[in-house]
Amino acid sequence: MLSASDLRKGLKIQIDGAPYIITRFEFSKPGKGQALYRCKMRNMITGNQFTQTYRSNEKFEKPALEERKMQYLYNQGDEYHFMDTESYEQTFITREQLGDNVSFLQDNMDLDVLFFDEKPIDVTLPIFVNLMVTTAEPWAKGDTSGNDTKPVTVETGYVLQVPPFVVEGDKIQIDTRTGAYVTRVKE
Amino acid sequence: MLDQKRLHQRAAFFQAIRCFFQNQGFLEVDTPIRQPLVIPEHNILPIPAGEHFLQSSPEMYMKRLLASGCEQIFQICHCFRQGERGRLHLEEFVMLEWYRLDADYTDLMTDCEQLCVFLAKELVGCGFPMPLDQPWERLTVERAFQKYCSMSAAEALKQDRFDQLLVEQIEPNLGQQSPAFLYDYPLELASLARPKAGQPDVAERFELYLSGVELANGFSELTDPDQQRSRFEEEYTKMEVDANRAGKMPERFLSDLGGIDRAAGIAMGLDRLFMLLLGGNNLNDVLTFSPDDLDN
Repeated sequence: MLSASDLRKGLKIQIDGAPYIITRFEFSKPGKGQALYRCKMRNMITGNQFTQTYRSNEKFEKPALEERKMQYLYNQGDEYHFMDTESYEQTFITREQLGDNVSFLQDNMDLDVLFFDEKPIDVTLPIFVNLMVTTAEPWAKGDTSGNDTKPVTVETGYVLQVPPFVVEGDKIQIDTRTGAYVTRVKE
Repeated sequence: MLDQKRLHQRAAFFQAIRCFFQNQGFLEVDTPIRQPLVIPEHNILPIPAGEHFLQSSPEMYMKRLLASGCEQIFQICHCFRQGERGRLHLEEFVMLEWYRLDADYTDLMTDCEQLCVFLAKELVGCGFPMPLDQPWERLTVERAFQKYCSMSAAEALKQDRFDQLLVEQIEPNLGQQSPAFLYDYPLELASLARPKAGQPDVAERFELYLSGVELANGFSELTDPDQQRSRFEEEYTKMEVDANRAGKMPERFLSDLGGIDRAAGIAMGLDRLFMLLLGGNNLNDVLTFSPDDLDN
């Protein structure tokens, strides 16, 4: 069990059977008054957020969360299939649960999958991924519009802004935390 | 950790405070930080130090000095409160306390005004976030609940929501245009303060706010030993304390209290005041060493 004095930003607690992560935390205590722990929390499955003020006598359960090393295999419609690299067990996560992460999934990619109560709820991608540019407009020489980037599409269908010298067939590195272009990768 | 410039500012800040009180004839005192018995206050958790506790405030010994004949005393010291850690809270912090014989809480409000004006004048390279020369706002607790909350102070107390409403709905509004005094607290929230004449449910207690930050807590002292004893007994009933401490009364303090006629005292958080003067919003940024800077 966790007590109110354990509460802090980044802590994961269970509320009404669901795992929540504390995204904002403020301790306050008026003079001669009681300690108050104001938490903004995000449901780790639905993404719903709410704010609640707790008192010092409150107790919390730790959610049964577990990270497993897995490999991304393939997708079938909205179901994305992964394999546990130790037990070889397979499981799938829906497109909705993956959210923006689907833009960076590559076949055979190693990643961490977060399980709650034996059900996969989230994936942690490598920070950098290398993806092939599949569509890129040639950059018009003498473009005086002042733009120093142009949009390209990569193999996963994700569209991002890159420098003008990137062409179709290039591999580029992308930061999965921001979704931004990092560099062109030499094969 | 503070850089050279800030270290010098912090030193000048302490220097100016001492100067203010010395100019008025106050005596600087120091009292034991490690105490075998601390005042029972159910919302303040003292930090044990061996068989003793670290002080959460020098209050008890400052008042004993008043009883011994001191008329105006001040102290700058470190105080300790377990489990208080946040943007505006530290388990170890620097407190300024001052006490006046033959005075009440309104005299302390005047002191606060004059101290801040003095600091604004003396200190270079920093200042208060609002003008000090207009009349400072004075608001009773009852009026503040009427103005900013959906329920009265009495109702909030009954529902055990007083502190939360104060923090979330009232405090952010206080001390924005000018510093503000929130005063006349329900008696049960001021176990060492004197009841107001003609209003036995109200204590002559106030808090000073600047930019929504609570800076100081002052009151007309309760000097009746019997009343003080029964208030302490009440506090003990609201607390979970270990068997050694349970129900123990600071007898010498209570007996000395009988030797004081009228007095008023106040505690001001100096880290918070210094933070406001520097325009900051986190105590960590204004400490010589913040808790994060310590080896562990």
